[in-house]
Amino acid sequence: MSSALIAIISTGVIGITLGVVIGIVAKVFAVEIDERIEKVDELLPGANCGGCGYAGCADFAKAVVAENATPGQCPVCSPADIANIADYLGIVAEEKEKMVAVVRCSGDASKTVRSLYNGVRDCRSAVLVAGGAKGCDYGCIGFGSCAEACPFGAIEIRDGLAIVHPDLCVGCENCVATCPKNLIIMVPAAVETHVYCNSPEKGAAKRNYCKTACIACRKCVKVSEEGQMEVDGFLVRTNYDNPPPPEVVEAAACPTTALRNASMHVAGAYEGVLK
Amino acid sequence: MSDKPRKFKGGVHPNDSKALSESKPIQQAPLLESYQVIMHQSIGAPPELLVKKGDTVKKGTLLAKASGYVSVPLHAPTSGTIKSIDKCPGPTGISVPAIEITADGEDVWESPFEPIADWMNTDPAELKQRIWDAGIVGMGGAGFPTHVKLSPPEGKVIDTLILNGAECEPYLTADHRLMLEQAEDVMLGAAISARILGLKTAVIGIEENKPDAIEKLEAVAGKYNITVQSLPVNYPQGAERQLIYAIKGREVPVGKLPMDVGCVVQNVATAIAIAEAVVKGIPSIERVATVTGKPVVNPGNWRLRIGTPVSKVLELAGGISEQPAKLLLGGPMMGIAQSSLGVTVMKNTSGVLLIAADEVSLYTSEPCIRCGRCVDCCPMQILPATISQAVENKRFDWAEKLNVMACIECGSCSYVCPSHRPLNQHFKRAKVEIQAGLRKK
Repeated sequence: MSSALIAIISTGVIGITLGVVIGIVAKVFAVEIDERIEKVDELLPGANCGGCGYAGCADFAKAVVAENATPGQCPVCSPADIANIADYLGIVAEEKEKMVAVVRCSGDASKTVRSLYNGVRDCRSAVLVAGGAKGCDYGCIGFGSCAEACPFGAIEIRDGLAIVHPDLCVGCENCVATCPKNLIIMVPAAVETHVYCNSPEKGAAKRNYCKTACIACRKCVKVSEEGQMEVDGFLVRTNYDNPPPPEVVEAAACPTTALRNASMHVAGAYEGVLK
Repeated sequence: MSDKPRKFKGGVHPNDSKALSESKPIQQAPLLESYQVIMHQSIGAPPELLVKKGDTVKKGTLLAKASGYVSVPLHAPTSGTIKSIDKCPGPTGISVPAIEITADGEDVWESPFEPIADWMNTDPAELKQRIWDAGIVGMGGAGFPTHVKLSPPEGKVIDTLILNGAECEPYLTADHRLMLEQAEDVMLGAAISARILGLKTAVIGIEENKPDAIEKLEAVAGKYNITVQSLPVNYPQGAERQLIYAIKGREVPVGKLPMDVGCVVQNVATAIAIAEAVVKGIPSIERVATVTGKPVVNPGNWRLRIGTPVSKVLELAGGISEQPAKLLLGGPMMGIAQSSLGVTVMKNTSGVLLIAADEVSLYTSEPCIRCGRCVDCCPMQILPATISQAVENKRFDWAEKLNVMACIECGSCSYVCPSHRPLNQHFKRAKVEIQAGLRKK
């Protein structure tokens, strides 16, 4: 027999034997995957943002199928997506209110006192050496740590101020923890009107370094119904359990433009209103 | 003088610019109309407020008491009334609570405690209590409560007390002047600290660019059984770990304290504060700080009450001759840049430094060129270049593995970096993030 034939036969025999072994092992040690997990994973947005508290969409899908989580816990899914998943699993989809992030500051570079800062362009680094180099201790530093953390590109840094685009924001909350000034809160997307200020200092003190600070003049409180705007020390806040209608902004004519409607704020409608 | 000191690895030699103020004797600042005393003056817990708006206080009246063991009390710098308890700009750029006192001009003294004349026969615990009651913190800059430093936990044997007179930070000359003018008090403070620690002797380390101070202290050292050790000029010679290595040849392991290698290091200004608290019964309400820089008309060393606004400090020094580009509290290497003249002198403010526009440039940070200068000069022998890249990529776990926690924030790496990378700031960030991560666990 020629040596070539020996090689072909022996390789063939080894191949067949191994193939049989692999086939047996695959049958015996087969990992059972619930096909529903794969299907739910497909129905999820696949952003892997972690907003649900699980390590990505696949992990969340596993939890949903195991009934440790409900589809509504995914902050990114639209109500239709959630209904799809619930239908597939044969469970009842719960109503979920869409939440969006809002940065409670309107002090961009043109309206606040800022000192020269030449260090690391990162909010969390900046607060360590100069408190953020901004006159206001509570305001947005504007180096975009939140924008960097946003997996959906929903935060824009415009003239040293972080602005959340409510239409792009899915409410994953990744930005909330990155802000060293704790400026970002999650609010119901249906609410338009927010107070874009978070400084608890006295009005006169705030005005020294910021033109758009809330000075708690209460004009907005007077034009809204009782309980819609809440006064908290030297700061007014929207009551998100009983929000005012968007018309309040125009009726109140906030003298510092701290009271804004989110869509107008994003569109830059308040630029140049103040002298 | 004792044996040749060891040279620690690394370090830099910045222009020290001490000539501006080193020959100027310490001057007593006149009484001002008002003082804004920052509440939280130490590294420990903030003290508990004892006064309210409208209260009348005397010089030395307790304003706030310690709220825990690692916390120090606060005393009034002069007599007068409490005008407000509000906020004032803090040294880190964020407003902090402060007590504003309107001086009545009388400067009436009320000692919170009696002097202990016979300290040599007083119980060390009583001496330690006195140091705590006097609100003394490390005056070199860190603001660590002194009584805590003098209380090694049980089982830790302290065999060496080192007095830190290195003053390696450029520009600053306050410690130098104190050693020249109050050599006896330095020694007295050292001897009291030694008694508290149960030691008979102490070593005082001074950089050899201060030969007059070395001579002066050697003249009085014998009486107190204290050795004077001259040290080579090398920044950061005055950092605790580097000083211990230079004098005792011991390395403090990362994450450990000097007391783990049997050493306690005290700044000379702290020693004087100890001497005054014990022997004269004066709490920590004043400190000597250097007011210097090219734009300052009369650079010098001033005895300032805590709570003196920096704007007034600059007036004392004759004002400014040109518009400064930068204001720092502390020296140029470790000092913190300020954005407000309203910030006030604290117990750990070693200097007020102005930098002229032609002395600084606005650099932009460039990519690392891997030249390794930062690695050569790092006195803690970590890898600044690599760690800064880890931090830029938000890999704080990686930075931790590379021992960023060993960084003493001396700024040598930032000083030598030809790419002007903000290395020191990266490390500050990494340390904060790593500590926050540890707290979560």
